[in-house]
Order: sequence, then structure tokens, then C-alpha cells
Amino acid sequence: MPLPTGDVIGLMVDNLKRRKTVFPISPRKAAAWARDLGIPRGGETVLYTGSLYQLLPYMVAAVKNMELMENSILSRMVTVGRFFNRFINVSAFIARPSGADVKRYGGIIRNIARLLQAAGVGFGYLYEDELYAGALAYDMGADAAFEAHAKLVYDGLKQHGVRSLITIDPHTTNMLRSVYPNLIDGYDLEVKSYLEVLAATDVKPVREVSGRVAVHDSCVYARYEGVIDEPRELLTRAGYSVLEPNEARKLTHCCGGPIESLFPGTAHEIGKKRVQQLAACHADGVATMCPICMATLQKAAGAEVRIDDISGYLAKAFCEG
Amino acid sequence: MIKVDAAFIERVTSDPEFNATACMNCGVCTAVCPMEIELLPRKLFRYAMLGLKDKVLEHTESVYQCLLCKMCEANCGADVHIADNVRCLRGYISKEIFGL
Repeated sequence: MPLPTGDVIGLMVDNLKRRKTVFPISPRKAAAWARDLGIPRGGETVLYTGSLYQLLPYMVAAVKNMELMENSILSRMVTVGRFFNRFINVSAFIARPSGADVKRYGGIIRNIARLLQAAGVGFGYLYEDELYAGALAYDMGADAAFEAHAKLVYDGLKQHGVRSLITIDPHTTNMLRSVYPNLIDGYDLEVKSYLEVLAATDVKPVREVSGRVAVHDSCVYARYEGVIDEPRELLTRAGYSVLEPNEARKLTHCCGGPIESLFPGTAHEIGKKRVQQLAACHADGVATMCPICMATLQKAAGAEVRIDDISGYLAKAFCEG
Repeated sequence: MIKVDAAFIERVTSDPEFNATACMNCGVCTAVCPMEIELLPRKLFRYAMLGLKDKVLEHTESVYQCLLCKMCEANCGADVHIADNVRCLRGYISKEIFGL
């Protein structure tokens, strides 16, 4: 018995409406990565994480449980869980992340912030006031919940006096740059990915690095937002040799991650196909630029291919310490 | 028996995001789709444009299996906004069937 599509989506949409996020992460935990980095609170230009990197450990934990339920009688538990989730946060039991994953994904955001600091880019952060951008609800066609949430996010940003956003993942970039303006009258925020911001600076390596790095383009960055050259330019500037897998740039192959919460088995098969293409590069490592791509491909690759977020490769070259 | 639902055609095709009528039926989208599901996306859009609501709903799982990766769009010769069209159908199902 497959997972009940309507109830899996419903569980996440219910969470978005009641708890302002699709998975159960508290604002305090979502902002914990920024501790001791000295990032000012608020400002006209803010680093907007959209909580996607922070949510990934919860999604990974939820998918593990979904895999156990998929194609078994246990899949009915999702329907029961959704009913009780209206009263108590049942999803918190379905998605309990490992401490190691929370630290690892938080470390990626820290790298991104350190890279911007190294490049001399001034930015603030909204800490506990930052909200998830709603990409999952949008993709699933839960339009009413998404539109209400988007307005909440925008109103919050305006109240804080924000004028421009530096985003850190493709899905949040797409929501805030290309989707929100079609929903919200007078939308006037400037949105750039940190890769675009960094590439426009003259940040230089402070440490010598080398190695052959294959680039896995995110579908959303490459085909929705046109962010293709910047990651390559930054890796080359850092000192790496960039390798292109079969199906790269605008014709990149999806990692399978977008359907992982509904069809984990199929998503894993798509991920394995992409890993084969990446393995054929015989690179020292693969660079991803989306947390969903990274998690899906790491799971599909096992020990076969080393897959890391691009910020780790860049921080080794551009950041002190 | 296949039933044509005129209200369904009106509802789906009146969405400004839905432009599957531009499809030339060449099939490149299906050939390049990583999901390798014969229904996606061309046949699904035919069902929608013909008002075959029951056929669309019969394939609800496939509608949500689309990755929205836009590999099809990158290869489409008719500039069909395939991902947006799939989202339109999801919007219909999410609201009318799942009650979201």
C-alpha cells in the first residue's frame, strides 16, 4: 500500500498553517547555527536561510520512517497521525533528527556566513524571526496555505525594514525572487543567492587548495533561476579543477529529492542514476548547492562517491581558520 | 465509459499558468523525463484538455511523482510551461480532492 498522498501533503500543510513550518523545528533551533558568529540582528540586507538547511535533518529522519511505512499496512498510520497532529505535534515524533546531522547542516550555513564575511559583504540575520519560505506547499499545489504564508513572510520582512535578501539555497531563492512577486502587490525586495553575491566580489583564496571537483547543478538554480556559471567560477577561483558530469548545467539530471517525502523508493532510484553519472567523472569530490540534492545523493552514493555542499569546498580556500 | 467534464476543462484551462494548449504533441518531454512514466507530461495534459477528469484523478499518484525538474521544459520546442501546468493540476487535486 503506497503512502496516502493527500495525508502526507496534508500533514506538512497543516504544520505550515499551525506552526509556520512544514516540519517541527523551533525558531530557536533554526537560528542556533548563528551563535557566536557576531552577525547583527536585522538590517536592510539580511542573510535569509529560509530554514531549508536546518529542516533537512528533520526531513531525513521523517523519510527513514516513511520508507518503513511505504508499501505496507503501516502507511495508514500517516492518516491517523495527521488527525492527531491537529492537537499535538505528532510530526515531532515522526521526524526526530540525529544530533550529528543537525550539527553538520548547521556547519554548512556557518560556512556560507563566513564566506560572505571573508568577502567583506555586510549583512544581518533575523534569527528567531526568520520564517520558512513555503516551497514545499507551493510545489504540492497547496495554493491557499502557500499564499497566506507568503504574505506572512513578506509582511515580517517589511516590518523589519529589510530591502534585500541573500539566500542560501535554490528553493528559497526561487520562492522569494520569482514566485512571491507574482502573488504580492508591490513586492520590492531584491533577492540574490550567496553564490551570485560572492562571485561578484573580488574575494581571493587565503589558502592553497587543489583537487578535481564535479559539479552537480540543482534543477532549480540551473533551470528556474539561471545560476549556472557562478559556482563554477568560484570553485575555479578557489583553485579546484571543475569537472562536468554527463547532463550538466541547464540540462542537469534531477537528484530525485523533490518527491522523497511522498515516494521515497522512487526518489532513491532517481538519485542512484545521478550518482552513476557523477561517479563516471572520477573526481575527488562532488559539489552540490542545494541541501535536498546533497541529502538525496549522499544517501544514494553511500561510500561510492564523496558528495559535499559547495560551501565546504569554498570555505577551505577563502576562509581563515 | 469515458465522461467529458466541461467544468473541469474550464477550471483547469482558465488558470493563466496553464498553457498546455501550445503543445505540438512531439513527445520529447516524455522521452527526456527522468521518471520514465509514459503518462508524464504530454498524455496527462491531453486528458486535462479533453476534460477527462476521471482519467486525471485515476493517475493522481503520477501527477505528484513529477519532479518539477523542468528537464522537459528545457527540451520543449513549443515553450509549454510544463512544471506550471503540472502545478495547476496539483492545485486542483489538492483543493478539490484533498481539501487543502
